[in-house]
Amino acid sequence: MSITVIKPGLLSTFQDAGRTGHQHLGMPVCGVMDTRAHRLANLLAGNDRDQATLEITLVGPTLRFEAPACFAIAGADLRATLNGTPIPCYRPLIARTGDVLAFGSAAPDAGVRTYLAVYGGYALTPVLGSTSTYVRGGLGGHAGRALAKGDTVELQAVLPTTEDTLSNLAQALWQIRVYLTSALAGRSRSHLRLLPGVHWDEFTADSRNDLLNAEFRISTQSDRMGYRLDGPSLAMTTPREILSEATEYGTIQVPSGGQAIVLMADRQSTGGYPKIAQVITVDLPDLAQRRPGQTVRFALVELNEAQRLDCEREEAFTQLQETLAQIRDVLERVARD
Amino acid sequence: MLESSSPSSSTAWRIQPQGDRCLMIYFGDQIDMSIGRLCLAAANVLRQANLPGVTDVVPSFTALGVFYQPHGRHGPCYADLAAQIEQLLSQGITPDTQTGRDVDIPVCYGGEYGPDLDEVARHAGISVDEVIALHTQPGNLVFMLGFAPGLPYIGVHDERLGIPRRASPRTAVPAGSVAVANRQSVLYPSRLPGGWNIIGATPLSLFDPERTPSTLLQPGDRVHFVPIDPTEFSRLREAGQ
Repeated sequence: MSITVIKPGLLSTFQDAGRTGHQHLGMPVCGVMDTRAHRLANLLAGNDRDQATLEITLVGPTLRFEAPACFAIAGADLRATLNGTPIPCYRPLIARTGDVLAFGSAAPDAGVRTYLAVYGGYALTPVLGSTSTYVRGGLGGHAGRALAKGDTVELQAVLPTTEDTLSNLAQALWQIRVYLTSALAGRSRSHLRLLPGVHWDEFTADSRNDLLNAEFRISTQSDRMGYRLDGPSLAMTTPREILSEATEYGTIQVPSGGQAIVLMADRQSTGGYPKIAQVITVDLPDLAQRRPGQTVRFALVELNEAQRLDCEREEAFTQLQETLAQIRDVLERVARD
Repeated sequence: MLESSSPSSSTAWRIQPQGDRCLMIYFGDQIDMSIGRLCLAAANVLRQANLPGVTDVVPSFTALGVFYQPHGRHGPCYADLAAQIEQLLSQGITPDTQTGRDVDIPVCYGGEYGPDLDEVARHAGISVDEVIALHTQPGNLVFMLGFAPGLPYIGVHDERLGIPRRASPRTAVPAGSVAVANRQSVLYPSRLPGGWNIIGATPLSLFDPERTPSTLLQPGDRVHFVPIDPTEFSRLREAGQ
């Protein structure tokens, strides 16, 4: 009832929807960088509530199943194989005891993060209400850190071990058709959409123009905490000290050096730099899938529109969850916790 | 953007979106005890109202961040939530002096515990003992926690503790360090980079996820720094483990 880590990959951490509710105590939210892929992986693996998935970055791990499991992969194509045979993303699949799931490297321009969900979830101990790994703080996930060679991760659900049952299960799952509506498709946009930040009006007209018209390149100094953007230097009309205050995933802040930084999942809960803009929620997965060296362009959108898109995506998830009830039904018939 | 004032006081605030899942409420633009207490009072009002869709209420020196999910059956859009908050705050908020706890924080000043104590004294043009006397005055407020779990921003100290942050930050400040800048103190819960002037150290644990509450201090607490000697520091540190 576990998975053994043969190779850990570059950065493989367990993440869920995030450690909300503790930001007033200085706790970063963490959680998945790409909520879209994470939620799809969970739904496709038969989970109808938020379970931690394994967030896999750029170069994936090699894992051995020590018990049968149903799993699904969503996000970047890291050329996953099961016992050496290529397997598809966005499908519920069955692993037998001893099966080896291996991920390769992300192809250029095809995303950098993929999410591995297992039916029933991984057996992780929640810390302050979340199983997300906060690597800098050494807490959550598996031992508060990224996976390492030799780690054993327990699974919550037990599938039957008889080959007949498993092949019937695999057959039944294979017959289930999965369609993703456009609201859930992971296509990359030419322009990521922005809302003005709380200090937007205090930036020079040139800075605002540059943000909306120039091309920015994601710096190599980018990680789960923030993406630094190389491009035109941005400045306030009258620079002033900004007091530390709440920040959000997607906040674009500009330290006095003028380089824009987009705050990502592991951002600190508060920050004291001026905030020029905010990437809208539905475009964060697109940004999170871009790698250092790739470019990004921005365009303004209305708040109403951003919230409408967010609601539309939420509706699409709700519908997909209903459609995929058949996956859960098939699994619930044979599994026990 | 909404600009309003409460009928029961001269309080004014400004509500502004921060993206599509967060809004900011500003009560002022400088570090000030009464503005800090307003933020904390408003945070209490919003928490007690238990607004649907709201996940986090994050106070800072002059502002509140309110995080919400704008979807689902009960989730509000920005305009709805801003109007709800507007109505709640209009019923009247008074600076909060009640809900916080009084907390004594033992501090061993100077020496290896506070390598910058002499520099702080030099900057203020006073003696080391006078710095300690100023720092141990009662009446400090925990305005906010941020930067790292359990790291409090405490103030407002006497203006003679208005030393700026160090020109070059340290890459690693030891856990428990008590550091000052700009008439405030921060306490480092763990080994972290930092540019504040370290004047001492506390043996207390500032953050422990296994503990409830997980942080020693919370926004709104009133802090009194109490000087201790190295022997007491060691004793308290061992007792805490």
